[in-house]
Amino acid sequence: MTTTVDAMHGGHAGHDTPRGATPPVFYVTDDHAHEGASTALGFWIYLMSDCLIFAVLFATYGVLGTSYAAGPTPKELFDLKLVALNTSMLLFSSITYGFAMLAMEKGRTAQTQGWLAVTLLFGLAFLGIELYEFAHMIHEGAGPWRSAFLSSFFTLVGTHGLHVTFGSVWLVTLMVQVARRGLIPANRRRLMCLSMFWHFLDVIWIGVFTFVYLMGALR
Amino acid sequence: MSTHAHSDHHADHGHGSHGAHGGHGHDDHGHPAGAHGTFGSYMIGFVLSVILTVIPFWLVMNGTLDNTTTTVVILALAVVQIIVHMVYFLHMNGRVEGGWSMLAMIFTIIVVVIMFAGSLWVMYHLNTNMMPGHDMSKMP
Repeated sequence: MTTTVDAMHGGHAGHDTPRGATPPVFYVTDDHAHEGASTALGFWIYLMSDCLIFAVLFATYGVLGTSYAAGPTPKELFDLKLVALNTSMLLFSSITYGFAMLAMEKGRTAQTQGWLAVTLLFGLAFLGIELYEFAHMIHEGAGPWRSAFLSSFFTLVGTHGLHVTFGSVWLVTLMVQVARRGLIPANRRRLMCLSMFWHFLDVIWIGVFTFVYLMGALR
Repeated sequence: MSTHAHSDHHADHGHGSHGAHGGHGHDDHGHPAGAHGTFGSYMIGFVLSVILTVIPFWLVMNGTLDNTTTTVVILALAVVQIIVHMVYFLHMNGRVEGGWSMLAMIFTIIVVVIMFAGSLWVMYHLNTNMMPGHDMSKMP
């Protein structure tokens, strides 16, 4: 009992006698009941859980990726030039979203909207190329029903494409929000979340083009 | 610089009024992981990403190295590129959200590595050990 009181007292005294105007800060920085204070961390944890989903799909593809069922192999199916084009679209959309965030921090609404629109165009171009690729493969009879390799391929790449689709819908929603309300703190928070989501999808795509397309073409 | 201002702000807060939390209109309060870049840092990240994307595509499309070496090299470059994206685009470091973002990411990486490597390992051995293979002819 006595020791507890002493420890508390000691800690308190140490806290109360700082030199100058900088007392030691011990509490967690984002601990306030402040709107959106912990959104970034919460959204980050969501992204990590999304990462687990993709990890499962990557593992499934890794296990099934060589089960061709006497069907087409990755080498015959994948057009690496198309994939390179697709990759550049996603990479450009990442940097343009970055520019949108920079414009947002300076409070330039029109510039932010412009970069967001460019980002949306690159995102849609990515989706268009991917859908073209899928349609081409299905037309050749290499749809997801053809072999375990193709089932896992379409699930993995399709899930990523679905994420980009919803990211684009979200992007349009935020552009409307910004147009109607301007760069209010709530909209900045939302744009920040989408920025994390968008860059995260680019990170996943690095895994896709390396593990699925490039290593598939090597097989 | 922004971090400095931030901590000052909190120092004042802790020193002065414990009861008046809601009163301040501090915009970049949440320390978003996506909002701490400069034009320079984004461009560095972009240029590095382009280089790290072009090299693996070029290696595979030209077939300059043998397959095993190429696989190792492109996997290594992918890991480097993921780190580049994390640092320059997602602004990940040990200080974001008081280290909790980094902790969540490390935990995720551990789970992913165990799950991914474990699945491939187990299933590879299942494939090689359980396949009928050449013994198919002896089956009735």
